[in-house]
Amino acid sequence: MSSPPTSATPAAPGALARFLDGDVWHSFKNSPTAIVAALIAAACIFGSLFAPWVTPHNPFDLATLSLSDARLPPAWMADGNTRYLLGTDDQGRDILSALFYGARISLLVGFASVILSMIVGVALGLLSGFAGGKVDAFIMRVCDVMLSFPSILIALLIDGVGRAIFPNAHDELAFGVLIVAIALSGWVQYARTVRGSTMVERNKEYVQAARVIGVAPIRIMVKHVLPNVMGPVLVLATIQVAAAILTEATLSFLGVGVPPTSPSLGTLIRIGNDFLFSGEWWITIFPGAMLVLIALSVNLLGDWLRDALNPRLR
Amino acid sequence: MLAFILRRLLQAVIVMLTVAFIAFMLFQYVGDPVTNLLGQDATQEQRDQLRKDLGLDEPFPVQFARFVGNAVQGEFGLSLRQGRKVSTLIAERFPATMELALAAAVIALVVGVPLGVYAALRRGRFGSQVAMTLSLLGVSLPTFLIGILLILVFSVQLRWLPSFGRGETVALGPWTTGLLTWDGWLHLILPAITLSVFQLALILRLVRAEMLEVLRTDYVKFARARGLPDRAVYFGHALKNTLVPVITITGLQLGSLIAFAIITETVFQWPGMGFLFIQAVQFADIPVMAAYLCLIALIFVVVNLVVDLLYFAVDPRLRIEKPAGGH
Repeated sequence: MSSPPTSATPAAPGALARFLDGDVWHSFKNSPTAIVAALIAAACIFGSLFAPWVTPHNPFDLATLSLSDARLPPAWMADGNTRYLLGTDDQGRDILSALFYGARISLLVGFASVILSMIVGVALGLLSGFAGGKVDAFIMRVCDVMLSFPSILIALLIDGVGRAIFPNAHDELAFGVLIVAIALSGWVQYARTVRGSTMVERNKEYVQAARVIGVAPIRIMVKHVLPNVMGPVLVLATIQVAAAILTEATLSFLGVGVPPTSPSLGTLIRIGNDFLFSGEWWITIFPGAMLVLIALSVNLLGDWLRDALNPRLR
Repeated sequence: MLAFILRRLLQAVIVMLTVAFIAFMLFQYVGDPVTNLLGQDATQEQRDQLRKDLGLDEPFPVQFARFVGNAVQGEFGLSLRQGRKVSTLIAERFPATMELALAAAVIALVVGVPLGVYAALRRGRFGSQVAMTLSLLGVSLPTFLIGILLILVFSVQLRWLPSFGRGETVALGPWTTGLLTWDGWLHLILPAITLSVFQLALILRLVRAEMLEVLRTDYVKFARARGLPDRAVYFGHALKNTLVPVITITGLQLGSLIAFAIITETVFQWPGMGFLFIQAVQFADIPVMAAYLCLIALIFVVVNLVVDLLYFAVDPRLRIEKPAGGH
């Protein structure tokens, strides 16, 4: 009997060696797409996490802003200034710096909402698959209803209701409403995936054995069944991060997302959209490109992970 | 067959009642309707009187029943922001959204299906790789960004096409259409392409996957072995059998086209229902939100129902009663 690799130090080298020798790592090494996608995603995440240190300017420090620098084009164009590589917006903020600060907010909302929807979805899926009967039927009907509407519509609606309930919400609350709105539009996928695998696992011998020796159902669900159904959940979560970031960007673009005081990539695109017709394309296009870069690389990683974890496709 | 239809109908009714209930709760508990109508300065007597007039003192089920009754007749009260009847507002905006969604659906089908077949038949070749990469981009690009890019290229740089509004419209009774004027068509092009990109990529990938699946089956091999020309095998036998899921998805996507039109309409300031809804969300205009919600839900439920029945008609295998029980 091998002890589960949860205990920290003694198992760690073994676990790492096993991972480096395992199928997943081999498949990663042999997939150029996955490597490039992982590098891009890692660079974006690193740049956003350490935005104050890697960016040349602080776009929200009013003391350093000067309106005489407003609407400068990127450095390689005629009127460009090498101080601002990707140009400036209407208030003289450096676009390159705003990109990383914006991506930070986008990633924060994306990850937070995915974690929240994963917790809700996995819990309800486990309960549904394990309990069966009326509980299962009820949860699945709710899923059916939610699945018949696009998630962006559900997020918009929850967001709208949240705004109506807290009309004068301050910033943190607005963030909370947004994260909950995106999370509640995405949990169904997890619930259905986990329910399916749970129903398979429920009838296996190890679960029956645990039952026979009198382990409490909650403990069986969390300690025994859950680890065995997490594979597909991780794949789903990866893809959902991209989806959540895009949903956040869309809501912010529509003007119902993050508060304007902390602009995400979607907000930057929305601001830039007003200057499209006066020819200042860089205010919109660079945040848009950053958004697509993040979404695309995360999506590609998710695709690769799905193939790598699914032995049937090899 | 009859049992199936009845079960689906019952499900549809339950969904509609759930949505109506949510809309009702919105009316009831989000923002006090009395304060909304009378303003902050009204006296307590005025409030109580209005509460009575509106029936707000009656028991909950009675109020809900009346709400459903009104909703069925399309009666959602007055918009808090514009002070006009919600039903009129929506009726004005409905044709714009429908024309946009239908145009997008047509583009997605007419371009997506042939490209999907091409990508499946020329699997691994350069052209098909390009199509697949572009379709991945199409799925990853958010709708509003596609719209902005199209505006930047075709309206700002090239100045070929208009970037906002519906252009010149003609009124056919209550229905205003942009399809009868040249100006209307010009205004439709960019929004329709924007809205169609995601669906197009989806259909392309779906048709390709289904074609690859079907091309591997025995009856296609057999048709080849009989010496049928490629054309007949591909289009007469293979494509026909891929169409069932394509019809389903396209049908189901019609509903989400109308929902995604919210984004496209905002980018192009297209005067449709979605634009109305976004403004309602921004200003917490509950009656408009509730009415839009109910209407969208109705469209979704009807589309889902029709698709289910179509499925039934197209695929004879479903008509055989399955043995009861399961595992």
